Amino acid sequence: MCVTCGCGGGEAHIDGHGMRYARPRRAVATPPAAASFRPAHGTLDARHAPGTSEAQILRIEQDILSDNDTQANANRSRFLARGLFVLNFVSSPGSGKTTLLVDTIRRWGTRSPVAVVEGDQQTAFDAERIRATGAAAVQINTGKGCHLDAHMVAQAADQLAEQAQLPSDGLLLIENVGNLVCPAAFDLGEAHKVVILSVTEGEDKPLKYPDMFRAADLLLISKIDLLPHLDFDVDLAVRYARQVRPDLPVIQLSTRSGEGCEAWLDWLAAGVAAVTKAPAA
Amino acid sequence: MHELSLAERVIGIVEGAARKAGARRVTRIALAIGALAHVEAETLQYCCEVVSRGTLAEGARIEVERTPGRAWCETCLAEVDLEQVGMPCTTCGGFRLKVTDGDQMRVVDVVIEPGAPA
Ligand SMILES: Nc1nc2c(ncn2[C@@H]2O[C@H](COP(=O)(O)OP(=O)(O)O)[C@@H](O)[C@H]2O)c(=O)[nH]1
Ligand SMILES: [Mg+2]
Ligand SMILES: [Zn+2]
Ligand SMILES: [Zn+2]
Ligand SMILES: [Zn+2]
Repeated sequence: MCVTCGCGGGEAHIDGHGMRYARPRRAVATPPAAASFRPAHGTLDARHAPGTSEAQILRIEQDILSDNDTQANANRSRFLARGLFVLNFVSSPGSGKTTLLVDTIRRWGTRSPVAVVEGDQQTAFDAERIRATGAAAVQINTGKGCHLDAHMVAQAADQLAEQAQLPSDGLLLIENVGNLVCPAAFDLGEAHKVVILSVTEGEDKPLKYPDMFRAADLLLISKIDLLPHLDFDVDLAVRYARQVRPDLPVIQLSTRSGEGCEAWLDWLAAGVAAVTKAPAA
Repeated sequence: MHELSLAERVIGIVEGAARKAGARRVTRIALAIGALAHVEAETLQYCCEVVSRGTLAEGARIEVERTPGRAWCETCLAEVDLEQVGMPCTTCGGFRLKVTDGDQMRVVDVVIEPGAPA
């Protein structure tokens, strides 16, 4: 259904169990009846109540994503109250999100507790890769859905809390479904979206998927150990990213060589320090 | 963009409001979708028609108002038109732009026929 990634609504599952909230039922697609676009500021002739004489206009004025945004704000308050620094990792499939999380958890060590929420359409492979490090992980399977939403993250956090694995004064790392389009619209209650662009992708991704780069607060350019074998132009990629998001901070790194990982850990540590200090008052 | 998931929310909002108002059915839905919104407006419109089947809004006409994109240019210190995120300021050619309008996705109003089904 989604023109970009072919996704549908689908049934989401957490660690193999159905989610507790229901989605409206959907019918099968057939071509629509005549649809109409109208220009901005045009008059809506419905105000003259067409059709039957009893027709009425009901004002609604509600954001389509208001249910998600309300839940996201509730998540954010909950996370802040616990001193949790929460990041939402977004990228194309294969940019190195899971590898980075595994590597980050290892390098982070015992500085503060870490838990992970993994989003994939299917399989619990990534959560298993995380658990192998000893960190807690919850797997959300979105089925045909192509992004996490704030309700899924709330339930994943509940599940961690039930297992006494939701940290306080630490890190919650959320790996979104690999997709540079859909996750851009959905606030999960994170402190920041972190977008990952690997050097095996095109430098022009920021211009091709501007909404995601505009939504991000940090760009990680990954797999830089491969740069000698490629003609990826890092400066050009950064320039394009900053065309859609002026001043976007950038860290270049490779989990393979370890280059840049220290700068990344410093960035994380600064974020954790800021949220764990804030609610102390 | 995940238009189907957005369409489910649109129909959910519309049905909720229509039920509360005691409507028999919804005959028209007006959406405001900014030019810079993270959605394919035509796909959303189509998905709304699909999702509305079997609901109070089945057969409703979906109208989409496109609000133009606007941005604050830090160089010109002025608000300028912005056709797409990633395009330069139309005045100075720079990219120090902050979107100020045109990224909304809203249900504006609906036309209902009041009263329970006869
Ligand atoms: N050369 C190199 N390969 C990497 C690096 N990080 C990840 N990869 C490889 O990229 C592939 C995809 O990684 P994965 O973490 O599963 O990506 P995800 O889909 O974004 O979670 C795997 O084969 C990784 O071994 C890196 O820093 N250097
Ligand atoms: Mg992964
Ligand atoms: Zn989509
Ligand atoms: Zn999608
Ligand atoms: Zn300008």
